[in-house]
Amino acid sequence: MGQASTELYEKIKAAATEKITALKQKPVVLVGMATCGKAAGAEKVREAFKKEIESHGLEAQVIDVGCMGHCYAEPLAIIAKPGHTPLCYGYVDEELAKRLVIDFLVNDDPCYEFAMVALETNDVFPTFSDFPRGVYEQKMILEHCGFIDPEDIDHYIDKDGYAALAKILTLEPEEVLEEVKSANLRGRGGAGFPAGTKWEACRKQKEPVKYVICNGDEGDPGAFMDRSILESNPHQVIEGLIISAYAIGATEGYFYIRAEYPQAIRTIRTALEQAREKGFLGKSILGSDFDFEIKVFQGSGAFVCGEGSALVSSMEGKMGIPRPRPPRLTTSGFRGKPTVVNNVKTFCYVPLIMKNGADWFKSTGTPGSPGTAVFTLVGKITNSGLVEVPMGTTLRQLIYDVGEGIPDEKEFKAVQIGGPSGGCLPESALDVPIDFDSLEEAGAMMGSGGLVVLNEDDCMVGIARYFLEFVQKESCGKCTFCRLGTKHMLEILNDITQGKEKDLASLDLLRELAEDIKAGSLCNLGKTAPNPVLTTLRYFWDEYIVHITEGRCPALMCKDLIVYYIAPELCSKLCNVCVGSCPTEAIYTREDGLKAIDQEKCVKCDNCLKTCPPQYNAVIKLSPPEMLKEKEGGSAK
Amino acid sequence: MSKKITLTIDGREITAPEGEKLLWVALDNDIYIPNLCAVKEIDPPQASCRLCFVEVEGYREPVTACNLAVTEGMVVKTRSPAVDRLVKTAFELLLSDHRLKCSECPKNRSCELQKIAKERRLKLRLTRFRPLVKDLPIDDSPDTFAFDPTRCVLCGRCVWEDHEVAGVGAIGFSRRGIDRRVTTFGDTSLADSPCIECGFCVEVCPVGALSFKE
Ligand SMILES: Cc1cc2nc3c(=O)[nH]c(=O)nc-3n(C[C@H](O)[C@H](O)[C@H](O)COP(=O)(O)O)c2cc1C
Ligand code: SF4
Repeated sequence: MGQASTELYEKIKAAATEKITALKQKPVVLVGMATCGKAAGAEKVREAFKKEIESHGLEAQVIDVGCMGHCYAEPLAIIAKPGHTPLCYGYVDEELAKRLVIDFLVNDDPCYEFAMVALETNDVFPTFSDFPRGVYEQKMILEHCGFIDPEDIDHYIDKDGYAALAKILTLEPEEVLEEVKSANLRGRGGAGFPAGTKWEACRKQKEPVKYVICNGDEGDPGAFMDRSILESNPHQVIEGLIISAYAIGATEGYFYIRAEYPQAIRTIRTALEQAREKGFLGKSILGSDFDFEIKVFQGSGAFVCGEGSALVSSMEGKMGIPRPRPPRLTTSGFRGKPTVVNNVKTFCYVPLIMKNGADWFKSTGTPGSPGTAVFTLVGKITNSGLVEVPMGTTLRQLIYDVGEGIPDEKEFKAVQIGGPSGGCLPESALDVPIDFDSLEEAGAMMGSGGLVVLNEDDCMVGIARYFLEFVQKESCGKCTFCRLGTKHMLEILNDITQGKEKDLASLDLLRELAEDIKAGSLCNLGKTAPNPVLTTLRYFWDEYIVHITEGRCPALMCKDLIVYYIAPELCSKLCNVCVGSCPTEAIYTREDGLKAIDQEKCVKCDNCLKTCPPQYNAVIKLSPPEMLKEKEGGSAK
Repeated sequence: MSKKITLTIDGREITAPEGEKLLWVALDNDIYIPNLCAVKEIDPPQASCRLCFVEVEGYREPVTACNLAVTEGMVVKTRSPAVDRLVKTAFELLLSDHRLKCSECPKNRSCELQKIAKERRLKLRLTRFRPLVKDLPIDDSPDTFAFDPTRCVLCGRCVWEDHEVAGVGAIGFSRRGIDRRVTTFGDTSLADSPCIECGFCVEVCPVGALSFKE
């Protein structure tokens, strides 16, 4: 009976391949239409392509695809014309879209001057692997993102999608479980808990009703890899969810996606519909006796709802508040039944592991953390976007080779890794390999893969304060340490950054509190909230000291510790831009024609510094503010 | 269910039903462990006050006793430097959000906070933190009792009584984070809520937040 599933699948696959092959006979334009693409104006670009193609009466298709991960260059378009190497173009606007249709589709000029990268090896134009980023990047779960139509299941099937499902239906659930266990697949939602162990704990429960939930809450500010995957390759996640359900013996599955991700929700709904039509979901999946259904639940958005027990509680219609463990969710989860909650990315690896085997998976990454790591690279970095690198890649390689370093000739200061409760690591930690255990040892964590690069202009006390404020605001308030402890920590940090704290003992209290909150909080929000503070205390101690003892912010970022000053020796009497840029009319012209700032009126908005022409650069920041007296005293003489 | 197991708490051998939560086993045997939010019937326990930390052999760090089921051969210590440090901080944090005028408080001398302070030799004043007490009005609208939110420690016992014992549903937790508090639905006064003044909530309040009039 088992073999039937593979035969059925082969038929479905053949039909899909036929359809996609026919599609490729004609020119195809793929436009990146994930949320990142749309934000950059991809919708207009798509319409421009369509209009121009129509006006020339061309037989070319325009297809919406997801995110390729090169978000800095959005809108992105790929043009595949038979007889040519498929090329990807970045920063496409309506003008360029028109031009590409005329020059490339009508005539035969691929406009190499606008192309960013070729998608197949050729003699003329470089491919991804020719760039430094391509050397380190290794796409496992992002491989098809941005290259297939997420709204059409046949695109995924053509890439062998659902082959793993057909295969596992011929195996016993225990065999699937063993494979995932032997692959040592660790959860990508933050903690890195081995998925196989979790699944096994759930499978062992006698209760016949079991649930499996895909956690797509993604509350980290600035992180968007889960959204991107859901929007770009939904079927990969769905296939992973179905396979896990088979291994666990789950009867029903859920996608928990935050309501702020409407496109992801739509894409998943469409994908589920199509999977059902093909017989990958529902009763007797692919002719087997395995039944499974998946529903979508829209999350309410609070950050803490991403925490497994809070997530389950919010799905039950209660307040999204964590509960203590034991019991684990695998014993008593959604509606009190054994439940597995895994991250979007965790599920993505499952079809690949089942198709290629645990050994294939383990051949990438490190022994303790096999596979790849997916990051959103943001902050002071040249190439921001979504990247996938083998576990074990160093932070230095990720930042300097994949991300191509720090722009504007600024100096690297730190990397904040692991989301709002991750840690800040300095230059000296850049050779730490990226894997669950090494990052934790360094005081940071893998988290869900947010990575913010900071440069010399960032104040580390200010950064610690910023992240702590985020978690303090997101604390659900249930337990003592997190509710009150983070508030007291924030008050101390506010005082330091505002120059009100003069006593170094406050740093001891800050550390004590941080350690106690870490050890005493009920859920991982509280347990990890102090990480940015603890790591900055550990690696950037001097900055704290200088703030307290000298009232000085070395990065010149803490507003209360700086003043703006126009250096008379640099100011041009003839220029007036700063005067106009000031919203509070704090800048006046002195008797000698030079400009000066009325400190009483100045709100430190930074406008004058930004607008002062680069040939003068006369506006400077001084810290501590007392330096002003010296300067003004000096210039008066 | 009631298979008996033997465990050791502070060197004392104790028999208890397997699976019973450690906090109750200790308290039933006159071994005090500080607690505010524990209610035997709440399952899973709230575990929100973070006061009942103990050391259990095999665990690297202190764990809360309220949600740990006892097992055969378990070895427990109710005191250790790490436990004392956590309890001290949790206690002081709670005090920082608590109006500390014991002499004016209706629960003076029968207050759980005072009991914890006495048992663990903790000070009933702030040494490390500044007060965070909010400026919230006392609700004395019911005929028989009054509610002072500035004395509330958010243990949730009153909410449990109201929901599960009285079956009324007049009060509950509202707001998030530092603003979390116990209120009526829609923040009305208790007199304007479905409250029937059964007084169950007042009886379980461990501190001076809920008190009978006179
Ligand atoms: C405050 C908080 C927020 C979390 N948010 C998410 C989230 O948005 N997505 C996610 O997958 N896991 C999140 N987690 C982790 C989950 O609790 C859980 O560990 C994870 O979903 C398990 O999946 P995994 O093993 O595949 O990583 C969060 C945890 C905490 C404490
Ligand atoms: S640690 Fe924070 S978020 Fe978690 S239960 Fe406690 S108060 Fe709520």
